[in-house]
Amino acid sequence: MKNEITRDVERVVLALDVNGEARQLLVAVHKTLLEVLREDLQLTGTKHGCELGECGTCTVLIDGRPELSCLSLPIQLQGRAITTVEGMASGSELHPLQTAFAELGAAQCGYCTPGILLSARALLEENARPSRDEIREALAGNLCRCTGYTKILQAIELAAERMR
Amino acid sequence: MKVVGKPLAKVDAAAKVTGRAIYADDMLPARTLHCRILRSPHPHARIVSIDTSAARRIPGVVAVITGSDLPVKFGILPVTQDERALEHEKVRYVGDPIAAVAATEEEIAAAACDAIAVEYEVLEPVMSIEAALAIPKDERIQDYGGPNNIHKFVSLEFGDVDGGFARADNVREDVFFFQGNTHLPMEQHSAVATYIDGRVTLWSSTQVVHYVHRALAKVLELPMNRIRVIGAAHGGGFGGKTDPFAHEIIVAKLAMLTGRPVKCTLTREEVFYAHRGRHPVLMWIKTGVTADGRISAMHFRSALDGGAYGSYGVASTFYTGALQTVTYDIPAYRFEGCRVFTNKPPCGPKRGHGTPQPRFALELHLEKLAHDLGLDPVELKRRNFVKPNTRTVNWLRVTSCGLEECTDRVIKASAFHQRKRFFGRGMGFAISSYLSGAGTAIYWNDMPHSEVQIKVDRGGVTAFCGAMDIGQGSDSVLATIVAEELGLQPADIRLVTADTDTTPIDLGSYSSRVTFMAGNAALEAARKMRALLVEAVAAKTGAEASAIDVSEARVGDCSFEEASVLAEARFGTLTTAGSYTPPKIAGPYKGSGVGPSPAYSYSACVVDLDADARTGLIHVNKIWIAHDVGRAINPLLVEGQVEGSVYMGLGEALMEEQVFRKGLHKWPSMLEYKSPTFLDMPEVETFIVETNDPEGPYGAKEAGQGPLLPVPPALCSAVYDALGVWIDEIPVSPEKVTEALRRKEKGEPPRYGPPRFPSIPYPEAIKVQPPPKDFDAAAATI
Ligand code: FES
Ligand code: FES
Repeated sequence: MKNEITRDVERVVLALDVNGEARQLLVAVHKTLLEVLREDLQLTGTKHGCELGECGTCTVLIDGRPELSCLSLPIQLQGRAITTVEGMASGSELHPLQTAFAELGAAQCGYCTPGILLSARALLEENARPSRDEIREALAGNLCRCTGYTKILQAIELAAERMR
Repeated sequence: MKVVGKPLAKVDAAAKVTGRAIYADDMLPARTLHCRILRSPHPHARIVSIDTSAARRIPGVVAVITGSDLPVKFGILPVTQDERALEHEKVRYVGDPIAAVAATEEEIAAAACDAIAVEYEVLEPVMSIEAALAIPKDERIQDYGGPNNIHKFVSLEFGDVDGGFARADNVREDVFFFQGNTHLPMEQHSAVATYIDGRVTLWSSTQVVHYVHRALAKVLELPMNRIRVIGAAHGGGFGGKTDPFAHEIIVAKLAMLTGRPVKCTLTREEVFYAHRGRHPVLMWIKTGVTADGRISAMHFRSALDGGAYGSYGVASTFYTGALQTVTYDIPAYRFEGCRVFTNKPPCGPKRGHGTPQPRFALELHLEKLAHDLGLDPVELKRRNFVKPNTRTVNWLRVTSCGLEECTDRVIKASAFHQRKRFFGRGMGFAISSYLSGAGTAIYWNDMPHSEVQIKVDRGGVTAFCGAMDIGQGSDSVLATIVAEELGLQPADIRLVTADTDTTPIDLGSYSSRVTFMAGNAALEAARKMRALLVEAVAAKTGAEASAIDVSEARVGDCSFEEASVLAEARFGTLTTAGSYTPPKIAGPYKGSGVGPSPAYSYSACVVDLDADARTGLIHVNKIWIAHDVGRAINPLLVEGQVEGSVYMGLGEALMEEQVFRKGLHKWPSMLEYKSPTFLDMPEVETFIVETNDPEGPYGAKEAGQGPLLPVPPALCSAVYDALGVWIDEIPVSPEKVTEALRRKEKGEPPRYGPPRFPSIPYPEAIKVQPPPKDFDAAAATI
């Protein structure tokens, strides 16, 4: 498949709610949410491992539900609440998941961490007392190559306990 | 010990959990141009012509370069300088880089790559070890090595091997195959370069800033002082970011040509082709044992499918034969190794570099030998364990060795000998060992392998070191060691790392060397700084220096700040330095440089699984792993390394494989290249064993690679335990299991694996005398 460039890329003005802030921007209509977050809003906490919907690294929350930002088109997300890792802490106080991940060594290279934190947050908001298998199920779409997952599971359990 | 040995959070934990850490692809300096690389669609072809004129005419394209812009060859090993950043004569694998474009947008760069017309003369590709051993149909892949497409031979013999076999009461031969697989770091490789005032600066997701620095200087033909390489926050390497890569050189060149920042981030598909991962290795092993279960001789042959270029391959080849002797006392040993070129992405170092494959073969082979003898495999292995403070037959110096204790821990915890035996359920055991850093540098020199500087002033303590934290926590180890010596907390230590302009050298994060080598350098620098502070406080207070305690942010009766003011007033600028050079312990023979390490880690593992005879599916229930890390500087990080290693070993054992069809990667995506998810990962119980190594910092050894090694063989032993079939080929897919069961039913050997080892024209072995019996093994340096 050949790449093509259309010189006159259609651009649209978007109004997005990102981490509780109303943002207005002019972007090419075909740009993914991942690209808009990273390139237009400089929210580089959202990472990517494939840009094809296969690794979960780019997970963000849309209205509280985990979604793959590499497969989402911002034009469809106007009026929806988008949460990225930058929106997890309140002020300089970390979210209990962030604290638990730091304390238990659940982030090694940290590249998968933003996506996993957000998937975990969505889970805990729905289910304050998830079993280990429920956590595994909820996070099955997020790959991590460093940790072997064990410390991530422990950190989510610790955070859940502290949040109750 | 106040901070050493404590399960403290990593010093960069907050940056990692908030998304603040800046990885290479997160950088976007003003006016950045985006680079895409045109890569070969053919596995083997001559380039007849390249026409870039149409690409250059596309609006937004700022520069296009081809091989003639970067003709100088490079490569990680001095003996195999066989790569070009862009090839203009010949391509050797699908994915070989040919041209590069810098444009204002990535899409424009990609379209411009498509507009480049390349005319090829397609050559017959060489796609297997067997094909590489044969006379090539068209031409050889590389113009060195040989005969045919053989890259490298190794042939060494230690002690009286024929005599050893003659002495044996039982001799067994087996053939094994370990399929290649890849690192699959979550972060795609990325690099950003600027060219300002005649100086190149490169930020990259590399494991080794120093080797990238050297390669850039060579290919760009600039003095090293005109180039600065900085390691960006690192999204995972596992060995896959240890070579200097074409894209790193290309963005630097494009920045020089355009005067603008240039960035290149590989697509996931390109990452699969960049590779440098686990070599596929075919192995033959023959061992003689006496009636009492002692090994009398061993003969090991390996054939590595190296892919198209040298990479670390010469070292990988040696490694397939080097460490067998570090776990088992083998009195006579012959090793014949061979690496071939094929038209596939080059293989290189992946976690365990060249040693997981022979470890898989060795452990399973001994397992089979034990069954032949009617011995418990654990017992047979135990009888042959190496002892601490010995020299192996191939002259490797073993100091601390926790094999016995590791074995005890996992055997007891798993109740291995009390397990219930029934069809479909099994347990398997294996051991292994790995280096704490290679004892010799990649390019020959007498300089230290790691250096650390410490500065103390009114702003606090800063430690400078070239080491690259790739997620394993090397920054935390440095901070912990400096903090321990200065009576502070790791968070009190500011770190400047992995920057060739501002930090003294460290050879990088590979071969599990950082804790041992940078750790020792940090320890030396910190102890010198501590001495200055103590001397200043002693002079001021009249206390005896030896009576001054340095802890809890105090130096004797002074606070740390007061002490540093006194010391700065007394000595001037407070800086100290430490360095680490490994002892010269390599044996007296050619090729002895691969294998020696200042210390070896040891691991033991038990895998418990259910295997379904109908479907061939394997479900791992639990893994017990014990790892002799010498001393855990941070047990939390050690556990993390062990768990991560076990995970990766399990992925290799069960599902990961890098295979090709007509030169094309069969599964160059994260969906199709299977790796374990949260759902696939069993419970792992980790035991940290501390043997207090005499030369490691506070007794520490490595943890990041060794624990991967015993997992594949332990898994295969467990499959045999469960179903009575041997799977002699990694990965253990359900098809292989059911096929082995079918053969068993038909009365054929109950096995799936390579039928035979090819005939390879290994040269006559170099005969090496083993170290003399009275050799002072522990102390001796040669
Ligand atoms: S980047 Fe991999 S799923 Fe989006
Ligand atoms: S921490 Fe590195 S990929 Fe998860």
